[in-house]
Amino acid sequence: MAFKKSIVPFTQTPEQEKQLMEVIEREKGHKGALMPILQHAQEIYGYLPIEVQTIIAEEMGIPLEKVYGVVTFYAQFSINPKGKYKISVCLGTACYVKGSGDVYNKLSEVLKIKGGELTPDGKFSLEACRCIGACGLAPVMTVNDDVYGRLTVDEVEGILAKYED
Amino acid sequence: MVNIKINGIDYQVEEGTTILEACRQNGIRIPTLCWLKDINAIGACRICVVEMSGARSLTAACVYPISKFDEGKNILTHSPAVLESRKMTLQLLLSDHNMDCLACARSGQCELQALCKELGVDSSDYFEGAKNTHDIDRSSKHMYRDDNKCISCRRCVAACEKYQGVGVIGANERGFRTEIGCAFDMDLADTACVSCGQCITACPTGALSERDDTDKVWAALADPEKVVVVQTAPAVRASLGEAFGYPIGTPVEGKLAASLRRLGFNAVFDTNFGADLTIMEEANEFIDRVQNGGVLPMITSCSPGWIRYCEAYFPEFLPNLSSCKSPQQMAGAIIKTYWAKKNNIDPKNIVSVSVMPCTAKKFEIGRDDQSAAGVPDVDISITTRELVKMINRAGIRFTELPDENFDTPLSEGTGAAVIFGATGGVMEAALRTAVWKLTGENADSPVEFKEVRGVEGIKLAEYDVAGTKVKVAVASGLANAKKLLTQVKNGELDVQFIEIMACPGGCVNGGGQVIQPAEVRNFTDIRAERAKALYTLDSERTLRKSYESPEIKEVYANFLGEPGSHTAHEVLHTSYKASSLSK
Repeated sequence: MAFKKSIVPFTQTPEQEKQLMEVIEREKGHKGALMPILQHAQEIYGYLPIEVQTIIAEEMGIPLEKVYGVVTFYAQFSINPKGKYKISVCLGTACYVKGSGDVYNKLSEVLKIKGGELTPDGKFSLEACRCIGACGLAPVMTVNDDVYGRLTVDEVEGILAKYED
Repeated sequence: MVNIKINGIDYQVEEGTTILEACRQNGIRIPTLCWLKDINAIGACRICVVEMSGARSLTAACVYPISKFDEGKNILTHSPAVLESRKMTLQLLLSDHNMDCLACARSGQCELQALCKELGVDSSDYFEGAKNTHDIDRSSKHMYRDDNKCISCRRCVAACEKYQGVGVIGANERGFRTEIGCAFDMDLADTACVSCGQCITACPTGALSERDDTDKVWAALADPEKVVVVQTAPAVRASLGEAFGYPIGTPVEGKLAASLRRLGFNAVFDTNFGADLTIMEEANEFIDRVQNGGVLPMITSCSPGWIRYCEAYFPEFLPNLSSCKSPQQMAGAIIKTYWAKKNNIDPKNIVSVSVMPCTAKKFEIGRDDQSAAGVPDVDISITTRELVKMINRAGIRFTELPDENFDTPLSEGTGAAVIFGATGGVMEAALRTAVWKLTGENADSPVEFKEVRGVEGIKLAEYDVAGTKVKVAVASGLANAKKLLTQVKNGELDVQFIEIMACPGGCVNGGGQVIQPAEVRNFTDIRAERAKALYTLDSERTLRKSYESPEIKEVYANFLGEPGSHTAHEVLHTSYKASSLSK
């Protein structure tokens, strides 16, 4: 089994911890409290590492696996932080038909990470997204706010090179 | 009552009964896969679908309660649409299933395999498509998980969470990528899994299985330099027969001893001896705690799954745990000290094997502070199921064996020892000796304490012993133990003595016992049936209190001295420590 703990060391400010505890205190006891707690926690930390999920599990008195099961069920949650450059590849129908799957796989291969992960230097994170409304440019990917359309697999390395800093 | 038709025939059923139960009450069996009564009614697998008049699609029979609105409806349980749907569900499951059936531990007892045969699945590659591949988790000492054979029915998840209140496994990811595993894909060995094996007996396929240690036993038996001895737990004799066609709850004590002898063990002992010894030490420890202000309530320590649970989830109760080793470890310790010396055998040359209803025993033998003779008290622990494999592999025709006795000494077991295998049994056994002692060694002290018998998850009883009130509690299934301990912790319950067994119903329903398919478990209480076998054996014994055993008297006279003596502590007692594994 490959332990999926984030490779980026976890740190938190006292302010973040205080906010999380307040959210848990407010929500716990309500039926279905886990979802809103996770949503707030992701807002506070930007992602949901094992350390944060463990706090939530312990405070709610439920197994860590129960928390992790929900986190991995919903695409909105991430167990890894986002990179300095956040790459999203559209795997919506139009982009997919036009070959965005190959682009996605190429990025994964070059960066040596899977979707939802972050490179060890914290620079790039990769994720698949649904339609961003640029079907005319299919296949499409974004790097932070930059949009790249009519992509081919061969262009991938050139685009990444622009973000060398 | 609601009037309905099943396959065109009129029936009256009680409102609220599920379609599945209504059919079963009227002699119609509906196949199931994910349904496990009381813990997993989720309607997920779609094997139990039926056609119901007025419904737009097929209905899952396991989760549909019949109401007054169903008055007059007709339920079809084997229409072409129903049979076709069930078959296609199986074909889809097979499309992402490792079908290395010939080499699968569950082959022949696999519920998926049985359903494929029943529903006429005649090709295993009907749907070609993507397949998931999963690493096999072999990190634990007691089991492995092969998700390539998992059908995501969640029966194991329900057993872990609902029976045991542990919940270290669950469904991760979603859709086609769903897999059953631990948080963050951790190895099972890194979690606070208690090794109880209830997930294994809940699993319909070969995805979960005990670690097979039979090869180690075969190797030892073939080694002329080794003295290979075996002991077998009380509960094994209550379940072993099921693998050879006997009805559930048939005691097979004599044939069990005979089969072990024919496998080639040099000496065949009964863990019952260890159980009686446990009672001598535990009753003594209890009286000592009561009379000398020790930590109360005292909690039994026979169940290694419970010990792991206590260490991880309730470390504040560690001082309450009896320091007694389990019967397996006590018997093992006596074999390698007293018996070895008496027979002039170097304990290093002994390979001590145990046959247990339990997977956590595989973990227990490797614990610290369990080596009375400087070598592990027990070397190899196999489950009832592994013994079945060995008997079959050796070509022993179990049903044709004569009834034989275990070897003496170290085999005499009183009735008190036999009932260790059922929930409440250790408590009753301890009371038989403790009450005798507290009433001035009165031979007429009571034998039966029926209030602590039965399959209920938590049992409370109060006894008046020589003017003192003794309050006891018994819990089986760790979810029940959690409830009980929380009450004790909050000061809501005042008891002096608690028995806890990890598995629901006690060892008779242990994670290492013969697996009964959901089909049987859903309609027969195997815990109660197997327990009956043990209480019958108890009632037939002449000696029913541990202190009455001549072998126990002998080992104290010649070796241990008194219960609780210095030697007894060195050989028969152990220690515990809090664990910080991931919960």
